[in-house]
Amino acid sequence: MIPLVKLLEAALFASPRPIPVEELSVLAPEASPAEIASALDTLREHYDVDGHGVELAELGGGWQILTRAEYTEAIERAQLAARPQRLSAAALETLAIIAYRQPIGRTEVEEIRGVAVGSILKSLQERALIDVVGRAEGLGRPMLYGTTSLFLEQFALRHLEELPRADELAIALRPTPQPL
Amino acid sequence: MSFVVDLPAYAGPLDLLLSLIRDEKVDIYDIPIAHVAKQFLLRIRVLQLNDAAEYLELAARLLRIKAQMLLPRHGEAETWEDPRAELVRRLLEYQQMREVVDILERRGDDRRNRFARAYFPEASGESVAAPLSLSLGELLTAVDRILRVTKEPTVHTVVARTLDVAGAIAIVRDVIMARRTARWSDLVARDAAPWQILSMLLALLELAKLGELRLAQPRPFASVEIQHDSPGEAA
Repeated sequence: MIPLVKLLEAALFASPRPIPVEELSVLAPEASPAEIASALDTLREHYDVDGHGVELAELGGGWQILTRAEYTEAIERAQLAARPQRLSAAALETLAIIAYRQPIGRTEVEEIRGVAVGSILKSLQERALIDVVGRAEGLGRPMLYGTTSLFLEQFALRHLEELPRADELAIALRPTPQPL
Repeated sequence: MSFVVDLPAYAGPLDLLLSLIRDEKVDIYDIPIAHVAKQFLLRIRVLQLNDAAEYLELAARLLRIKAQMLLPRHGEAETWEDPRAELVRRLLEYQQMREVVDILERRGDDRRNRFARAYFPEASGESVAAPLSLSLGELLTAVDRILRVTKEPTVHTVVARTLDVAGAIAIVRDVIMARRTARWSDLVARDAAPWQILSMLLALLELAKLGELRLAQPRPFASVEIQHDSPGEAA
């Protein structure tokens, strides 16, 4: 491996969070973006082709070394690490709405879900999956929520655009409801 | 705090309505509102959701749409707006969102099944105490201050008082030889010291074990009767 690849590997190993490409280039100021991109490719291939227990993943707006899924059971059984808890269906629904409609206020989320979401918003915010991104113009200037980079990270998304566009979703939408 | 209704099967009234529409295999664009409203009410009764306001709100909405459908239509068919249109729009929007939930669930599992290095379960928000910054001089001054303030420790001397079990055994033997039966009060003086009482108790237990006497107490808290019980004489 060339020195740049090794340097990137060391940095990725040291960081508990995904490292954005901009931060990787701070690490190696003399390297061009193309060189860094190709170094990352080399590292990923190195893990994939030579057969390693870890892989290089691009998610949450950056790059991260992750263990391969096939070893998760064994690692968890040995109590070396534990998978985070799954979100409840209600929390996932709320998160899905925010991901697509951000910035969005509480009342609009409630309108779509048909239930109150106050406490869910609070717990999602505590888990740092959403955050207040602004305030609406209307009465009382209600808070508007958006998803965070941790959301992307925990849902293995590179960026928000990786979610299918609303019109790509599989439901057969007729343009307008047919009158009787 | 808000009242949280935990429903294992349905994430909300729209979820319930949507699964109802699926189960009944009705066209979402042409919902037989009377039938669906009836089924919806039936299900919330079965699920005992009667006190979940959100379900009741949607039930009321369904009934209102049903009533609007029954009203005679005036004027042009073109201007007539289907009272179900708003509901259909909401259902479709909700269904779309459910599809996104499926995607998120898949992606979330994908990530959950891979560990990052040094994965910490969600930061609890508790602030970790900052590392202590203290010079050696400060530490020694503190120790000095504490040592000066502290008084000499009070030392208690505990003297062990030996029991005289052998002496007590001799007393008991003398008494029961002479009287055949005795009471506790015959053996221990009223003003006996604790060591004398304890010596006597151990002496009695020891002699009872050896079979020289029998201890009996007719009822709880009654005076203990001590009887001479020589094996030779019992025969």
